[in-house]
Amino acid sequence: MNVVETRDLTKRYGKVAALQDCSLAIPEGHLVAVVGPNGAGKSTLLNLVVGLAAPTAGEVSVLGGVPAGSAAALDAIAFVAQDMPLYRSLSAVDMIHLTRNLNRHFDTEYARRRIDDLGIAPKRRAGKLSGGQRAQLALTLALARHPRLLVLDEPTAALDPLARHDFMAAVMTAMAEDGISVLLSSHVLAELERVADYLVLISHGQVRLDGVVEDLIGRHLLLTGPSLQARDPDWRIIQDISTSAQSHLLVEIAESSTHGVAPGWEGRPVSLEQLAMAYLRETTSPQTSLAGVAR
Amino acid sequence: MGIDKQGIDRSPIVFTLDPASGVPTYLQLVHQVEHALRLGYLKQGDQLPKVREVVADLAINPNTVLKAYRDLESKGLTAGRPGQGTFIEGALDQIDLAGVAGLRKSLLGWLTQAEDSGLDSDGIVALFSSTLRDFTERRTTGDAGGKARARRAGGAA
Repeated sequence: MNVVETRDLTKRYGKVAALQDCSLAIPEGHLVAVVGPNGAGKSTLLNLVVGLAAPTAGEVSVLGGVPAGSAAALDAIAFVAQDMPLYRSLSAVDMIHLTRNLNRHFDTEYARRRIDDLGIAPKRRAGKLSGGQRAQLALTLALARHPRLLVLDEPTAALDPLARHDFMAAVMTAMAEDGISVLLSSHVLAELERVADYLVLISHGQVRLDGVVEDLIGRHLLLTGPSLQARDPDWRIIQDISTSAQSHLLVEIAESSTHGVAPGWEGRPVSLEQLAMAYLRETTSPQTSLAGVAR
Repeated sequence: MGIDKQGIDRSPIVFTLDPASGVPTYLQLVHQVEHALRLGYLKQGDQLPKVREVVADLAINPNTVLKAYRDLESKGLTAGRPGQGTFIEGALDQIDLAGVAGLRKSLLGWLTQAEDSGLDSDGIVALFSSTLRDFTERRTTGDAGGKARARRAGGAA
């Protein structure tokens, strides 16, 4: 089952295309990182998935073909928007009460227990809580709905490293315990290496790279060798840093390729961060044709 | 999140991660289990940390932990018991002392030869690591049953 499926999904605000011809088929059970620079279209994609925005063109469905924004979709998806939206004058107990009354399904018992485990004073106003506690409270309200898909927009952007770790640990624990899928956006690449196992890379409103992280890492390679050395026709060169003597390449190896790397080239595996950076750079260099980039 | 550190059924080991090592997270977990087996921290019948415990401790993707545990199971080192967890099943092949001594002797001979040809110790380490890398990669790509490390072949699943 695909938790998110889009076909030629496009969203325009006036004349500006925030998202253009986005086609994705994301299977369930992953933590999907939607990555890209600010203004790339990450939030637009998330808003379309949760049904907060309607597409200008194309289609988007969730959880095995349910139209985004439909009642069935809303019941099964929990969304935490950027900046952890909470009523600052309401306490944790008030927020639980409010959220229960705004939703068809809400596990009050779970929410109370979790607030207790986290050591959040139930009567303290949300505005007086620490950033980490506010984030955990917002996450608790989302998880108490027992969603099948959890959508988080830049969830850790404002958190210190410890709160960030605890927040992601809580998200991962929900994944391990309840088998939920998670879709989150971020522009911090480094912290995704350990958590994301599916990547959607967006820049300028277009998907540049997407897939299971392990597969993406597996079909790319960092190579170092003499500049004059012949290059394998099975390589698609994503990044080329060459001097007169030496070349550092990041290549995608054609799926049909059956032979190893020629002697003279030294190959190393690429990290998720290096891979994402190279693709983001590739799309900003003028000589690259976009047709070759879109997968 | 409150995990009972005094729990009776808690694993004898706990995982840590080295983000700077460049070793994939799942492999770090595999290596730590193998290391603990070699050093006797883990014995037959011992339980590995539960997936949700590892996830809560390290804030890593549960699929990464599952992958490491599958890897250990396919090596015959562990077995999953449904509803209970993953337990140590096998032991690592230990090489006896005489074997180590023999290997050490031939390595010393090779090192003398390398030094005589003008390699310093940095050069020796570089040559050894690149040869070892080629050797293991050739073996993994040659072995059809070996992991989905089709990196060199490019035909990732």
